Amino acid sequence: MRRPDLAHLTRFLTGDPQADRMVPPTGYTARLTVFSAAAMAFLAVFALALALATGRMAVRWGDELARTATLRISAPTEQIAAQTAAALRVLSQTPGVATARALSPDEQRALLAPWFGPDLPIEALPIPQLIEIVETSAGFDAQGLRLRLSAEVPGAVLDDHSRWRKPLVQAANRLRLLGGVAIVLIFGTMAAMITLAANAALAANAQVIAVLRLVGARDGYIAQAFVRRFTLRAISGAFVGSVLGGLAIALLPAAQDEGGFLTGLGFQGLGWLWLLVIPPLAGAVAFAATQFAARTTLKELP
Amino acid sequence: MIELENVAMSYGGGELLSDISLRLAPGSFHFLTGPSGAGKTTFLKLCYGALLPSAGRVQLFGTDLRQMGRDDIALARRKIGVVHQDVQFLDHLSVAENVALPLMVSGRETLDQEVNLRELLGWVGLKGRADAHPPQLSGGERQRAALARAVIMSPEVILADEPTGNIDWEMSQRLLQLLVELNRMGKTIMIATHDLNLIRAAKGQVQARVLRISNRRLHLAGADL
Repeated sequence: MRRPDLAHLTRFLTGDPQADRMVPPTGYTARLTVFSAAAMAFLAVFALALALATGRMAVRWGDELARTATLRISAPTEQIAAQTAAALRVLSQTPGVATARALSPDEQRALLAPWFGPDLPIEALPIPQLIEIVETSAGFDAQGLRLRLSAEVPGAVLDDHSRWRKPLVQAANRLRLLGGVAIVLIFGTMAAMITLAANAALAANAQVIAVLRLVGARDGYIAQAFVRRFTLRAISGAFVGSVLGGLAIALLPAAQDEGGFLTGLGFQGLGWLWLLVIPPLAGAVAFAATQFAARTTLKELP
Repeated sequence: MIELENVAMSYGGGELLSDISLRLAPGSFHFLTGPSGAGKTTFLKLCYGALLPSAGRVQLFGTDLRQMGRDDIALARRKIGVVHQDVQFLDHLSVAENVALPLMVSGRETLDQEVNLRELLGWVGLKGRADAHPPQLSGGERQRAALARAVIMSPEVILADEPTGNIDWEMSQRLLQLLVELNRMGKTIMIATHDLNLIRAAKGQVQARVLRISNRRLHLAGADL
């Protein structure tokens, strides 16, 4: 195989107008190819948006929840203060803990307000004391900390949030994977459709190919007339499809906390540049599919 | 240039040609005759690499056909002009473009070829039809256009399969004249035909050998023809 350099690519894209005329122009099959490429590109935009959005979500959930943990101290009221102090001492000695802070009664009341209303006499209830832990980037050894706490602060329960975090991050990652699979399937379908269209075009032009072979045209020359056509059709179709898909994504409501995951679907910042990848990728897929179809067909002919 | 050595060709179960040996010398003029279905077209196809022999060896310009890739065969065909029995063109291109097709596919079309093309079309009497499309041509015009296309690359060999098959006597005489002239310019000519009058007409003008396919074999026909 020759290395496809830039000059090569330019020559391919500008083409040989004479070679192009060797194959008679086609009407509606050409439009069908363009339409399929556009539709597939449109779908690819959404699959890409899904993959990117879920990727962002996985990172965010992973990051935010991973860097905090909560220590809950349930003890008889008279021991709470002592155990809290002991726990804070242990935490201050634990590597990987950036800060540890006992929540004040007001903060605890705020946390409970959505359930019990603002007037809850919190001091009168045997409510556990919460300690908020912020980890360093290295994180702490949750298992080791639990062991130490069980010895020194019997009423302490450590919640490092992994119980909540794992399934969420896992779900987000799975969704991202699905988005990736969808993109692969979309381009695979595009390759299949273009192969079918190219085979139809090759069969319809059997006489043209026979004449070209008779007068000494090489396979590469004949194939290129077809390959160039389908590649350009796929690129132009995919361009239109990506623009429309991008517009549709841009017109979605902006991300809001209340909307959660759904409104976060879309591209952010440099993520929009991914749209530029779709038309050339469609072109590459069409190029490979037509090249393969043409070479396979031509090999069977005398 | 083209050499066949003990070549056999079979289709399905039956053998169509067997034990055929022939060496086409540069500048020679051959007629190939035989009853229809005897294998004249198959023989010609072997000569330009459209078919591989089932046994024996075919050499094109010194290379064994079996050793040649598809591109090698394409390059060899630029040195062999072929006029088919059922002439085919690219119907969406003009006659002039069709005649120039071998130049285009070999990337050799230049401005001075433009002049050659016009001369060539005049030579085969198609100057006025240059912009017509192949479906608009009569049988004779198609044959002449095919001949022009076959010779535009100035090939070393010209293989013509029943070039006068569906044209009248006057036109076939003219076509023969063109081929004889090409032979005088040093081209090797092989014409498959069952038109004995055409062969007789040629004998007065060139040193033509007559080959005959019968009973699957190639014979050199006598001078008594």
